[in-house]
Amino acid sequence: MSLDRSQVESVAQLARLKIDEAEMPDYLNSLNSILDLVDKMQAVDTTGIEPLANPLDAAQRLRADVVTETNKREQLQANAPATEDGLFLVPKVIE
Amino acid sequence: MQWETVIGLEIHVQLSTQTKIFSGSSTQFGAEPNTQANEVDLALPGILPVVNEQAVAKAVAFGLAIDAEIGKKSFFERKNYFYPDLPKGYQTTQLEAPVVGPGHVEITLDNGETKSIRIHHAHLEEDAGKSLHEDFHGMTGIDLNRAGTPLIEVVTEPDMRSAEEAVAFAKKLHSIVTAIGIGDGDMSQGSMRFDVNISVRPKGQEEYGTRTETKNLNSFKFMEEAIEMEVERQIDLIEDGGKVRQETRLYNGDKKTARAMRSKEEANDYRYFPCPDLLPIILDDDYIEAIRATLPELPDAKEKRFMADYGLPQYDASVLAASAAMADYFEQTVKVCGDAKLAANWCMGELSKFLNQQELDISACPIPPENFGQLLARIKDDTISGKIAKQVFQAMAEGEGSADEIIEAKGLKQVTDTGAIEAMVDEIIAANQAQFEELKGGKDKLMGFFVGQVMKISKGQANPGQVNQILKKKISE
Repeated sequence: MSLDRSQVESVAQLARLKIDEAEMPDYLNSLNSILDLVDKMQAVDTTGIEPLANPLDAAQRLRADVVTETNKREQLQANAPATEDGLFLVPKVIE
Repeated sequence: MQWETVIGLEIHVQLSTQTKIFSGSSTQFGAEPNTQANEVDLALPGILPVVNEQAVAKAVAFGLAIDAEIGKKSFFERKNYFYPDLPKGYQTTQLEAPVVGPGHVEITLDNGETKSIRIHHAHLEEDAGKSLHEDFHGMTGIDLNRAGTPLIEVVTEPDMRSAEEAVAFAKKLHSIVTAIGIGDGDMSQGSMRFDVNISVRPKGQEEYGTRTETKNLNSFKFMEEAIEMEVERQIDLIEDGGKVRQETRLYNGDKKTARAMRSKEEANDYRYFPCPDLLPIILDDDYIEAIRATLPELPDAKEKRFMADYGLPQYDASVLAASAAMADYFEQTVKVCGDAKLAANWCMGELSKFLNQQELDISACPIPPENFGQLLARIKDDTISGKIAKQVFQAMAEGEGSADEIIEAKGLKQVTDTGAIEAMVDEIIAANQAQFEELKGGKDKLMGFFVGQVMKISKGQANPGQVNQILKKKISE
């Protein structure tokens, strides 16, 4: 399988990446060579093999449901470009 | 043409844990913005999520309550999209291997028919933060207190065929969630939110029509209205030669309007992949059985028991069993008054009316069930009539004391003294001689008038049965 230009553009759009015209051939080539590798892997017969969710052969440890965190709003908002009334402010988004 | 409606639901249920699904931040509702959002919730670099054991336990409890297969090995995935109230740029959720597999929920319709609604699966995930769009000099305010609140998303099969079925299902699910205590079910605070997938097809056609999704309905009433409006819109559209577009819609319950939000096809490329930060959750039989052992009586079982033990009609049993708190209140009331049907009538009638008016949950009812039972006991032993009891109930609701105290203080005791009642009957007959002759002459419908007049001068305190008896005796004299 290989990608065309518009697919690369749409993947970039989904990832919010801006791609220069000049970079496009490079991205096309690199992504397609990754997909070539994927094609090779797809060709391996995996019948009867359980899909792998995580390479570590271990189970998730669970945490007790106890509040451990205190209010750190002031520190956590120190780097935010804009805040007001304790809210983070971002460019207006509305559907 | 005859149309058939096809409905499937997705329900987000906030789990009532103390802390978030992946961090130790509090989940308490109503805190100051961003005071319950730590580094994990804000998605700062270098963080690592750790799963809350109670979130898993509550999801499993739900699965057991709907008779579902429990995923003994489930894992989390990342659902990628950009929105400012989702700081990681992905929602941690489950897709391939959810914790709760296929199950089912039985519903009962108004005509008494029952139907089984299949649950496709339910998965664990995190809630997003909140965006506030008003009043920030053209900017949007973000509160991340809700970000990371544990949710289960319950996904049904498209098994419902009308708004009535969808609402019956939603109510049943609500009663299961609150009965097993995995969520508070407070829909006004968004603790339970419904997304409704709706399509229509010509009756008899196998293939489904194109569906739309109406998101975030937070009351049963809005849900019913939104479904009816959308079904009508789709049928009108098709009959006018148009086509239904797959899209997400928003319903405004206050204005009774709906609009398209975004078209689904461009928005749904979420590029799911397993979350490398989290290992699979492995559950064994011992764990699952231990949770099963903690499950309380479920609404369906309770309904059957109320019918068998108390001889209640199915309607009464299902209404009372729908809320675990109401069911408990009812049972305590019966214990005191000894009359289940009377208790059921009053719980569903006067009591529910009062709670609705005051917008109170039964758990916050100012009248303890013991007092309520005492009030009903006084109806049963003829101390007061049902009518006077309503008056006493109001006084109890206003905190004036127990039923007996109020009856005593206000002198509301029913007059059962035959002599006193006879005197009142004589007084009314004397004042209405002409009508009394007509009554004697066979004009039976005047009976009500006379009983009413006697009740009136007794201020409602005469025993109506006795008044009747004495009047009949006077007629035959």
